[in-house]
Amino acid sequence: MTKSELIERLAARQTHLMHKDVELAVKLILDRVSMALAKQDRVEIRGFGSFALHHRPSRIGRNPKTGEAVTIPAKHVPHFKPGKEMRERVNDSASD
Amino acid sequence: MALTKAELAEALFDELGLNKREAKEFVDLFFEEIRERLQSGKEVKLSGFGNFELRNKNQRPGRNPKTGEEIPISARRVVTFRPGQKLRLRVELDATG
Repeated sequence: MTKSELIERLAARQTHLMHKDVELAVKLILDRVSMALAKQDRVEIRGFGSFALHHRPSRIGRNPKTGEAVTIPAKHVPHFKPGKEMRERVNDSASD
Repeated sequence: MALTKAELAEALFDELGLNKREAKEFVDLFFEEIRERLQSGKEVKLSGFGNFELRNKNQRPGRNPKTGEEIPISARRVVTFRPGQKLRLRVELDATG
C-alpha cells in the first residue's frame, strides 16, 4: 500500500470528510512524526509502536572507488519498535 | 516528551479544523489502516517517510535469561521499518548538532 492508496482507503471510511482534508491530514500526521524525531523526541503510539532515534557513532570508512580513508561523522537514525498489538496481529496472520 | 495520538489529534483540530471527535477518530483510523494492511501481509510504503516491511523469521534456539534454560524461539513474522531518504536526512541534519 502506498501513501495515495492509504489516502483513498481512509477517504472511503471517512465519507464525512472532504477528500482534500483526508490528504492534508495524512500528510500532517507524517510530518508531525518526522518533526518530533528531528527534535530528538520519541513518538509513542499505543498498540502500534514507537519511533525513536538510535545513535551511530562516527567511524572510519573507505571510499570504495579510491580506497581513501574518510571519517564518517556520528549521526542519528530513526528506529521503529512495533507495539504488542502490532506484533501479535502481524504474527497471528502469518500462521493462518 | 513523547509525541502521542493526543497531540496528533490536536494538530488536526488546530490546523485542519476537524472537530475533536473527528480528529481523534482519524488518528485512530490512520494507524489502524496501516496495521490492517500489515496484518493482511501487505507492505506499506509512505514516500518521504519510510516503508513498513514484513520479515519471516525461522525458529531459532533461545534461552531464558533468568534461568539459563534453553527454549526455542518459534518461527514468526515481524514488522520492520526502513526510514526513507527524506526522513533520514531530516533527522541527521537536525539531531547531530
